[in-house]
Amino acid sequence: MPIEVEIVSPEKVLFSRAVDMAVMPGLEGDIAAMPDHAPMMLLLRGGVVELYQDGAVTDRFFVAGGFADLTATRCTILADQATVLADLSVDAAQARLAGLEASYEAADKMNVPALDLLMEKMQSARAEIEAAGGQAA
Amino acid sequence: MASLKELRARIGSVKSTKKITSAMKMVAAAKLRRAQTRAEAARPYATAMRRMLAELGRSAKGQTGLPVLLAGTGNDKVHLLVPMTSDRGLAGAFNANINRVTRNLIRRLQAEGKTVRLLPVGRKGHDYLIREFADLIVDHVHGSGGREIPFSAAAELGEAITSRLEKGEFDVCTVIYNRFNNVMSQTPTELQLVPLAMPGNDDAAAAPDAPVYEFEPGEEELLSRLLPRNLQVQLYATMLESAAGEQGARMTAMDSATRNAGKAIDRLTLTYNRTRQTNITNELIEIISGAQAV
Repeated sequence: MPIEVEIVSPEKVLFSRAVDMAVMPGLEGDIAAMPDHAPMMLLLRGGVVELYQDGAVTDRFFVAGGFADLTATRCTILADQATVLADLSVDAAQARLAGLEASYEAADKMNVPALDLLMEKMQSARAEIEAAGGQAA
Repeated sequence: MASLKELRARIGSVKSTKKITSAMKMVAAAKLRRAQTRAEAARPYATAMRRMLAELGRSAKGQTGLPVLLAGTGNDKVHLLVPMTSDRGLAGAFNANINRVTRNLIRRLQAEGKTVRLLPVGRKGHDYLIREFADLIVDHVHGSGGREIPFSAAAELGEAITSRLEKGEFDVCTVIYNRFNNVMSQTPTELQLVPLAMPGNDDAAAAPDAPVYEFEPGEEELLSRLLPRNLQVQLYATMLESAAGEQGARMTAMDSATRNAGKAIDRLTLTYNRTRQTNITNELIEIISGAQAV
């Protein structure tokens, strides 16, 4: 029995199909969505969503954080930003990472929530570089 | 009576006006279709987000210390209004409607003794409001100028609003935008964003055997992430609707302008022909009477 997976960015629906399994990067570890999974809502970190069909990966998407809503029959991934893995650019991600590192250095070190947010963004950028096949600095 | 030369010039100028308005109508029609497609493409995200929020809200109900975005500051003193207008004019009453509604709302809130702050989006609204309410404007954001609206525009605006709320600069935030009914009509609508009107609270009782969700990380953490995102998504949706409405309004306005120009040309041509005929008749009379006199 397949599970309906939808990957949605604020702009549009990127992927909507029934697959056997979807592995997504949860904030506290990767989680696989399979049929009859207990209903669950989770935060996503930046990373790669892999969709499995007949034991093999059919599609890979990079998501830069977001939310996922899992139920027994359906899995909706609300990505802040989602890209097909092939369209990722190492250079763009590296440039973004450099910008984030600079603003992390410049940020007020007492403002912990803001630092956490920047840290998360940096991790997402690093994951993007890795997913695109580059070497994270 | 205008001379033939003057009439010819006027017909010429109305004709070129008509060309411009009909071209603008075509452009607006093309842009409208694109804007509508985009608005539709953005809907699934908003729908899914609402579903998740409803779910979270249900399990968080009755808890204290909810985020201010959801529960509000507990006060109702300072209102932040976000009127959404376009950057460009020539769209009929599109911007005037928003400005009128905003103005009435400001007056009403002030009469109730509330403090009003303004954060206009789009140049037209800002230009209008700065004349009368310059001291109320805290910031303003330019619209997209008719180009595609990236989600980041809504994200920035949402972050700006959230940070103002966290600093306690306002208690209630309302967006005033043109809701897209159809190409012909847009309704100025007030939408309260903060505190959030929780969606779907009423169906909570209807499904007592609904599965119990697990949350990872906890509900609070999720809510605190989901709410700002929801604000951005709602803003994005209103921006897209407003953009589609702008093109619709412009199309309608330019359509009637083209028709009016056509009518004006007909009228002027009629006058022109009559004047010409009169001139010929006059000349003939002059020649004939001159010939008779000889």
